[in-house]
Amino acid sequence: MDFGETAVKASAFSYFRAATIDQALDAHARAGDDARFIAGGQSLVPALSLRLQAPRLLIDITHIAELRGVRREGACLRIGALTRHCEMLSEPLIAEFAPLLHAAAPFVAHPAIRNRGTFGGSVALADPASEFPAMTLALDAEIEIAGASGRRRVKADEFFFDLFETALQPGELITAIYVPLFKADQRFAFDELARRRGDYALVGCGMLATFTSDRIDDIRISFFSVGNRPMRAKAAEAALIGFGLDAEHIAAAQAALEDDLAPPENDEVPPAMRLHLARVLLGRLLGRLGEGA
Amino acid sequence: MTAPLTSLDRPNSYIGRSLPRPNAKRLLAGRGRYVSDLRLPRMLHAAFLRSPHAHAKIVSIKTDEARALEGVHLVATGADLATICTPWTGTLDHFKGMTSAPQLPLPLDRVVWAGQAVVAVVAENRATAEDALELIEVDYEDLPIVVDIDGAREADSPLVNPGSVSNVCFRSQLDSGAVDDAFAHAAHVVEEEFSFGRHTAVTLEPRAIVADYDPAAGMLTVHHGTQTPYQFQDLYSRHYGIPEARVRVIATDIGGSFGMKLHVYHEDMAVVGLSILLGRPVKYVADRIESFVSDIHARDHRVRARMALDAKGEILAMDVLDLTAIGAFSTYPRTSVVEGNQVVRLIGAPYRFRNYRATLEVIFQNKVQTSQYRAVGHPIACAVTERMVDMAAAKLGLDPFAIRAQNVIADDAYPQTSPTGYRFEALSHEACLKRLQEMMGYDGLRAEQAELRKRGIYRGIGIATFVEITNPSPAFYGVGGARISSQDGAIVSLTPSGEVRCLISVTEQGQGTEAIISQIVADQLGLAQEHVKVITGDTEVTPHGGATWACRGAGIGGETALQAARALKRNILEIAALILQEQPSALDIIDGDVVDAGTRNRRLPISEIARIVYFRSDTLPPGTQAQLTVSHHFAPQGYPFAFTNGIQGCSLEVDVDTGFIKLLKHFIVEDCGRVINPMLVDEQLRGGIVQGLGAALFEECRYSETGQLVNGSLADYLVPMPMEMPDIAIAHVDTPTADTELGAKGVGEAGTAAASACVLNAVNDALVPFGAAVNSIPITPARVLKALKRF
Repeated sequence: MDFGETAVKASAFSYFRAATIDQALDAHARAGDDARFIAGGQSLVPALSLRLQAPRLLIDITHIAELRGVRREGACLRIGALTRHCEMLSEPLIAEFAPLLHAAAPFVAHPAIRNRGTFGGSVALADPASEFPAMTLALDAEIEIAGASGRRRVKADEFFFDLFETALQPGELITAIYVPLFKADQRFAFDELARRRGDYALVGCGMLATFTSDRIDDIRISFFSVGNRPMRAKAAEAALIGFGLDAEHIAAAQAALEDDLAPPENDEVPPAMRLHLARVLLGRLLGRLGEGA
Repeated sequence: MTAPLTSLDRPNSYIGRSLPRPNAKRLLAGRGRYVSDLRLPRMLHAAFLRSPHAHAKIVSIKTDEARALEGVHLVATGADLATICTPWTGTLDHFKGMTSAPQLPLPLDRVVWAGQAVVAVVAENRATAEDALELIEVDYEDLPIVVDIDGAREADSPLVNPGSVSNVCFRSQLDSGAVDDAFAHAAHVVEEEFSFGRHTAVTLEPRAIVADYDPAAGMLTVHHGTQTPYQFQDLYSRHYGIPEARVRVIATDIGGSFGMKLHVYHEDMAVVGLSILLGRPVKYVADRIESFVSDIHARDHRVRARMALDAKGEILAMDVLDLTAIGAFSTYPRTSVVEGNQVVRLIGAPYRFRNYRATLEVIFQNKVQTSQYRAVGHPIACAVTERMVDMAAAKLGLDPFAIRAQNVIADDAYPQTSPTGYRFEALSHEACLKRLQEMMGYDGLRAEQAELRKRGIYRGIGIATFVEITNPSPAFYGVGGARISSQDGAIVSLTPSGEVRCLISVTEQGQGTEAIISQIVADQLGLAQEHVKVITGDTEVTPHGGATWACRGAGIGGETALQAARALKRNILEIAALILQEQPSALDIIDGDVVDAGTRNRRLPISEIARIVYFRSDTLPPGTQAQLTVSHHFAPQGYPFAFTNGIQGCSLEVDVDTGFIKLLKHFIVEDCGRVINPMLVDEQLRGGIVQGLGAALFEECRYSETGQLVNGSLADYLVPMPMEMPDIAIAHVDTPTADTELGAKGVGEAGTAAASACVLNAVNDALVPFGAAVNSIPITPARVLKALKRF
């Protein structure tokens, strides 16, 4: 094929299409880990074009059947790593059993990106401004990882370390994400403050709460675009557990955010502004939760 | 303000009809011929190594490894290109005292902004060229940098151009006289300091060029995505020493320009030189990041303004200081001073007051150049003026419509000369104000605003009157010594089949130039529009002219086409009269047929005339020499500019907790004289407004303290997108210019001129209950929240 006059600007790389997880892991190892797995490519391809990344080998994992599909497994929904963002909108099992993901999906970039980007890819990259990694925290999800030493499952709470740093080791692959099934006594809310629809948010938040009548028995609140990684707002959660969603407790949760979030310096959104926006967003979402969301 | 009816007002006239652009289908079908897509035999690809420093000395450049890479044909530095290209300087004579350093395609020993191209590589393909860039080592030695406007003006500031006395590029003052006196006796004075961020064009297709030098013929052909092929023909000829007749510039389809693609760019000049050095076609297409760091930016002003009023709200005087920073060079050949010059000359333009003083200071800094971009200077002038008027209205307890109605130049008071020397032939501020107030349902909006405020919902209503410069004469560039034409030329031919070809110097950038030219020619010749083919954008084919910029395509190009078509019609009717043994004056052409002028009875199809002339000239009376090709040139005379006017209004909602602004509805009443194609005019207005709204709320090139552009990608630089854009309602007032038969004035920049001013006023209107105000554009959530002291 003649690529002579196309505008491809990435450094040259080899390409391997893996049919199984073992093939993919093996190819990575044989490349001396100078390799990247590619699925939707919505973050990796721009990075290649910008030459921010120049791996020797790209391993295409999109043809690995085991990484596909959404199904119930016991008390969880198993969401295959290759599940595309658009399927979060169209898949009935997700709408029913992981409605928080369904609610977050329309905010993930734009339709063209949602058509290709994958859930597993988003979680693996762990962009602190992305919706889905943060939602795995709110959902208390488990991330299933395949590597040379076999399979393991890591709680979302223990998965995100720092900026683009996760529990994934070089050469490891996310295979699926397990989300506890949504229950009748639960409520959820999601929203974000983005300057344009589809942009990375200035602040975003999703939450999942378990109620006894109007009292919160448990709540998990997760923010994104507030730091180097998706963040649980544990102090805010603590301020709410055991109480109803009245003005006083909402205000207490908003105040507690100071202990949860330490937004980084930024020329456009100073830390104090981001904290303010996080409080506004939290207040609005808790208000909706109180109304039954 | 309706002019007497002319032949252009016939009920079946093509002029005044909404017709789709003939080229729209071709472009939508993916059949556009963009330079980005062009592939020529033996074509090579250029890539540029760029400076990571905002200001640094180039100590050494090591290119050996890059040259040795397989597939690399040439690695060129500034010194290599300086041997074949003469330097250029972005000054114009009529800006007295302005300075700018000479420029070359690539720098010799110093870089002056982060992103400046330093070394060029030409290779078999772009990826190989990019590979080679990674093998080049440039050793830099940092120099002190000049980033912000205030720093640049300090006495001990580092200098962008060592050896110069200061960082001032140009300074000028306008003073109509009794300004101090007017302020001393004013009942009210309002005062504000504004800042306007940098933004940039972000065209869908980036800059693209393919230079193709044929050493055997001594001929340079440049396929160039530009608005102004003739200007570049002249520049390539003179700077590379190639006779003008052996330089051909072809500008076919262009994926957006907005003024950005009529300036000389270092990479573009370099690519021409690279092709000359190699004797092969060389292509360069800027990628998006390169566009952000090398396309011209626009605006970047700090304006201090005062307005004096009497006790009744009559504006007495304005006093203005505009500081504008333009990067390290003034852009060639149009300079970077025109924007500031238009700011200080357009401030206050809609109003009657006579006392005006303005100082303009244009300042160098270590950033990419700023220069002309859609609505040059207008949005700044409009925002400053209209915010001052609103501040005055608030101080006096007047309604924004009332204070404007009281102060605009009356519609029956023309001609008028502004305090800055602009001569207005006829404007329609009063009619536009009245129409806008009705169209907005203004009283209803105010009532709704009051009601919603009680519920904690803060809506704002803003209006902004504007004056736009269109149809520029040689007073714009020619008098300053620039070889930029203000005239246009057309060649109109009747083909052997009785159709018409029109070759014209105005160019098409997607706004429908070719559509309106075909409408005018078809109208004037009495033909169906589909029988008129319009050809633009090829210096080898189309006559020399100004092309399309500064809202001149319809007004000047349109008049050129009109006059050329009329000349061809006269020639056709002369031959028809010979054939029919009639007087030419007794004949006319309707729907492709020669008819009796009186009865409109059909006599002869013009295809028959064409057949006879081209193939049976023996049957015409002896001595007949039919001329079915005519050329015609038209240069604007009379007023130096055809000023247009209008007013915009908007309604928006401010979320006072988040600082987010939701645009609810936008309105414009515009007067561009005769409207040739209402649909195209309305879409020009909408497109212009959207660009203005982008500037108002989203677009800003942000720099770090070290002079690095920190948001040079489409993820970080926010362009306006459909989800955030409001519906835009449009109405027209028609005041044709009497300087031309056509009576058309420009319209392409009117939307951009006032949209940001309108939003600024509306946001401030929404913030009134909080005693808060914003004075910076773009109006970001951070700025709103700061004004509200929310963090």
